[in-house]
Amino acid sequence: MSAISREEVSHLAMLARIDLQPDELDRLAAQLDVILDAVATVTQVAGEDVPATSHPMPLTNVTRPDEPRPCLTQEEALSGAPAAEAGRFRVPRILEED
Amino acid sequence: MTVTDTTEAVLAYDDVVAAYDPVLGLEVHVELNTATKMFCGCPTGFGAEPNTQVCPVCLGLPGALPVLNARGLESAIRIGLALNCEIASWCRFARKNYFYPDMPKNFQTSQYDEPIAFNGFLDVELDDGSTFRVEIERAHMEEDTGKSTHVGGATGRIHGADYSLVDYNRAGIPLIEIVTKPVEGAGERAPEIARAYVAALRDLLRALGVSDVRMEQGSLRCDANLSLRAKVPGAAPGSAEQRAVPLGTRSETKNVNSLRSVERAVRYEMTRHAARLAAGLKIVQETRHWHEDTGITTSGREKSDAEDYRYFPEPDLVPMSPDPAWVDELRGTLPEPPPQRRRRLQAEWGFADLEMRDLVNAGAVELVEATVAAGAAPAAARKWWSGELARRANADGVELAAMPVTPAQIAALQGLVDAGTLTDSLARQVLEGVLAGEGEPAEVVESRGLQVVSDDGALGAAVDRAIAENPDVADKVRSGKVAAVGALVGAVMKQMRGQADAAKVKALLTERLAPADSTTDVSTS
Repeated sequence: MSAISREEVSHLAMLARIDLQPDELDRLAAQLDVILDAVATVTQVAGEDVPATSHPMPLTNVTRPDEPRPCLTQEEALSGAPAAEAGRFRVPRILEED
Repeated sequence: MTVTDTTEAVLAYDDVVAAYDPVLGLEVHVELNTATKMFCGCPTGFGAEPNTQVCPVCLGLPGALPVLNARGLESAIRIGLALNCEIASWCRFARKNYFYPDMPKNFQTSQYDEPIAFNGFLDVELDDGSTFRVEIERAHMEEDTGKSTHVGGATGRIHGADYSLVDYNRAGIPLIEIVTKPVEGAGERAPEIARAYVAALRDLLRALGVSDVRMEQGSLRCDANLSLRAKVPGAAPGSAEQRAVPLGTRSETKNVNSLRSVERAVRYEMTRHAARLAAGLKIVQETRHWHEDTGITTSGREKSDAEDYRYFPEPDLVPMSPDPAWVDELRGTLPEPPPQRRRRLQAEWGFADLEMRDLVNAGAVELVEATVAAGAAPAAARKWWSGELARRANADGVELAAMPVTPAQIAALQGLVDAGTLTDSLARQVLEGVLAGEGEPAEVVESRGLQVVSDDGALGAAVDRAIAENPDVADKVRSGKVAAVGALVGAVMKQMRGQADAAKVKALLTERLAPADSTTDVSTS
């Protein structure tokens, strides 16, 4: 049984805003299936005493004091923007609200 | 996506609560009042020029690394403790992925299945003095989003806009999201309980000193979830039989930004849900938008499933493991709970229950307290805040605390009244000047020339003139009709443009108009 279905790949593509053609979906579903299988072998090796790892370094509680630091200027902030207007980033119209 | 801008059918409220049991779920986002953002050192002040409080971290530029604000974490833990929550011994941040330009990173740094605080409660006092316990599911740390302005289109709203402009000054400001468990047993009082909960939470957060809690500025925002289920005949709202009925489908009304709106939005959604259910229609699980002007909600988008956000642990921020000794230390910094504090202050000030409740409802307790601390008598402080100022705040549609006058200024103003420099009506004019930004009360008295004329010569002349111009009235008073003196007092006050002490004017008039052959003590008439 495959680890990931064509429908799941299609859904993920939609979430990632990647426009995939039907033939690409077929190809990628098969490839992702192989990748997931390979990753799954790791979980077979790890014993129950090995917790899932999100952070390789054994660090906790790294914080900074609540003290202001210099900001970019508006000009600097907008310098990499494809379009700007009235000191703001100009973006294509947004179809969905949050 | 369905967009409905037409008004939907609603059912009369009495019919709603006769047939259905409402269940609430309230999500409150509170912006912390830290000096800097949650993960970078950009300042958090309100109203700066767009995109001037930004840096590579909050703009999501490649290679930028976030570091947690220590005070953000501390505030989150204190909020959790004040809400009687357990504090996580170990937890992480998570990325909430979505495509929307209000976060330039394409994700919001939040917490998912490991909130910093969980399993608490808040006891909420209702208008009738009873208490309703709201269970808290969790309080977690996250960051605010940028602010979008939609340009073009007929309505200036997002639909039909040609493009949007984004300001990231707000992106990254620390937020705490506080989520209730399903609030059951509210019954017909659900709208009131929703409002009272947000009010109680606001009071608590204000007492903690962790946020400005200004709903009108968006530093406290409420999303109200509501569902209805069939009412079990004869069962009390919170009874086991009623709770056994499965929850209905919910709607989530976003960004309800005043206490009154929370109550209205819940009430509206109850009547809308009920009308659909009564007509055999399904409730769509969706986001709804609240419209303050029309008092209705309209459909936003269908709610994404949590898995569509593809949450995963934030690799750039290390886990948090608050030292239990530190948590205990923070527990020691918690303020007196606002309801207890209110009872204590009420006793100290000697206010009646109704007077105190008016103050609480007007959000004026802290203001009165500060005014008293600045030297005013409690009764005078109360009179200002729940009278003149509450009236003006209401007329302007702003919260009392947002009025551009400080408790110290009110105390100073009252001091001028107490010293006889101002009458009550002059003091109201001075207040007007203070609210208009003309300076401190004493400065406004000076610049507007408003003090009581204590020059007896000027006052005496005005009194003589009023008598001379109203001989008929003067005769009436002379002949013993002392009540007629009121018309003369009015004439004198008019001449003095209100800048005289009415009691003193009356005394002068009665003294001059005393019947020559009488020994009556006119000063008391």
